[in-house]
Amino acid sequence: MQRVIHAMLLGLALLWSAQAQAVLEVTVTEGVTGAIPVAVAPFAWEGEGSPDEEVDSILAANLTRSGLFEVEREGLPSAPSGPADFLAEPWADAGMEYLVVGSKRQDGDNVIVEFHVFDVLAEERLGGWRIPVPADMLRRGAHRVSDIVYEQITGDPGAFSARIAFVSVERQNDSREFRLEVADSDGANPRTLFRSEDPIMSPDWSPDGRELVYVSFENRRSEVFRQNVETGERSRIASFTGINSAPAWSPDGRHLALSLSRDGSPNIYVMDLDSGDLRQLTRSSAIETEPVWSPDGETIYFTSDRAGAPQIYAQPAGGGNARRLTFESGYAAAATISPDGRSLVYVHGGDGGFQLARLDLDDRRVTRLTDGRDAESPSFAPNGSMILYAMTDRGRGVLGSVSRDGQVHQRLAAREGEVREPAWSPLN
Amino acid sequence: MNNVFRLTLAAVLVAALSACATPTRDAEDAEREAEREAAAEQERAERAEREAAEARGLGRDREFDAAALDDPDSPLAERMVYFDFDRDEVKSEHMPMLEAHAAYLSQNPGARMRLEGHTDERGTREYNLALGERRAQSVRRVLNLNGASDDQLEVISYGEEMPVAFQQNEEAWAKNRRVELVYESRR
Repeated sequence: MQRVIHAMLLGLALLWSAQAQAVLEVTVTEGVTGAIPVAVAPFAWEGEGSPDEEVDSILAANLTRSGLFEVEREGLPSAPSGPADFLAEPWADAGMEYLVVGSKRQDGDNVIVEFHVFDVLAEERLGGWRIPVPADMLRRGAHRVSDIVYEQITGDPGAFSARIAFVSVERQNDSREFRLEVADSDGANPRTLFRSEDPIMSPDWSPDGRELVYVSFENRRSEVFRQNVETGERSRIASFTGINSAPAWSPDGRHLALSLSRDGSPNIYVMDLDSGDLRQLTRSSAIETEPVWSPDGETIYFTSDRAGAPQIYAQPAGGGNARRLTFESGYAAAATISPDGRSLVYVHGGDGGFQLARLDLDDRRVTRLTDGRDAESPSFAPNGSMILYAMTDRGRGVLGSVSRDGQVHQRLAAREGEVREPAWSPLN
Repeated sequence: MNNVFRLTLAAVLVAALSACATPTRDAEDAEREAEREAAAEQERAERAEREAAEARGLGRDREFDAAALDDPDSPLAERMVYFDFDRDEVKSEHMPMLEAHAAYLSQNPGARMRLEGHTDERGTREYNLALGERRAQSVRRVLNLNGASDDQLEVISYGEEMPVAFQQNEEAWAKNRRVELVYESRR
């Protein structure tokens, strides 16, 4: 049995300075036809100087990036900042279906953000909100505003306040630097949680969004570590003989599924995070890796090449027989599950390279989501609206995202180095 | 007796009928399945034969001293074993070099070797981590069989994380699908 080693590497693991971090730029590469036209009027400012972040600009960028909206900011019929002067007709004439108006007011160390959402066609106000935001957290406040607006219009929760973790790599001559970074969902505000000259792999969030597990090769072999995002506190939790990889946090936060080759070939194990005790879930001489938990914690999905090539299987988390789920691909691996537990998105491979495919578990329908040749590491957004993944663009690793239905494609490119293995945090 | 005859006749008739019938989809599938099994069986047989051939190499009279490790003309100068896509079998072209390293390890019990398994970038990272380990284990089996002892060999995998060639073409991928033999200690 492996004892959990608590290595407090606070100093080492703390956030590094802002220099040389991968800054993500977002480009919408393809959108849906029939996007919803939304006007975002400029938010008036009452206070000294000007605020650090333009809430209305961030809101407009977020809505645009979701691919569901066509956001209008120029040539608006009027510049209302409150609900009093709303008249639907000029907005309807301008082709708008929704209107967001708002204002920001300084109140000591806070900024009071007030905004209202109107349904132009129904000629009604959907709601109004007044949110006090610490002045230095205005960007996060703007993501919260975006979540509310998104939910008002679509009926689904927004995921703009969630964060993304990813691995970035920079090569200079013979040296390499790998970094584990966390950024806002729009790629802004990236911060480094851990950096190393040796590879870092497979980040996954705890269900409360406060910790990450990942694989690090800092000791010249694959080992699994957990790290608190806020404090940087870090400990090694798996360093058995052979490979220690693919950690996946259980929905109840108390277990970790992972792939270990301690008995010669990689199998799926479940670790109790309190005691460090291990339970072996699969027993085969094939490659068994990339476990994912169903949202109810009852099922573990994983990749196995027991049939000769990698395919996705499902097995009860408590033990039992594995059931093969994919039959349409020569290569099917690295599944991620939708928050409602009803769809898997995985890497589909064949002669044409590797794309993302979605398998709907209810009716076993398979839909291809991407067209490129090298999609990897899919991660579902916590509201199920889109999937973040890794790909290469002119030889450089970049992140892409695709809407659940495969219609809206975006690219998040690091300005320097390359980025890979995105993991979208839970909503909290 | 009569019953046996009748049963035999019935069996012959059934066999004849199914032979005459147009092959159904099931029959074709079964045939393909049989072909696949035959191919797998042949592969196993060939591998067994190859390993047997390696075993015969054990008695060969070869001596290597540590200086040979630095001699560019010695088979010991070769430290890379290359693989086909998604495969972990050691190809015959690498056998002479591996036999030489096994002989060296067997003659120098204090020598230690790390076997670092790598893959190309195609496929998922976690699967490739496992594939890299399988390749290193294949090389370890060959070295074991030819005289190296288990405690002289350490297997690790880097998967696709440490490429030596960065282009996205078959030439680069072929260079990255490798096991590196790294001497941690020479004697």
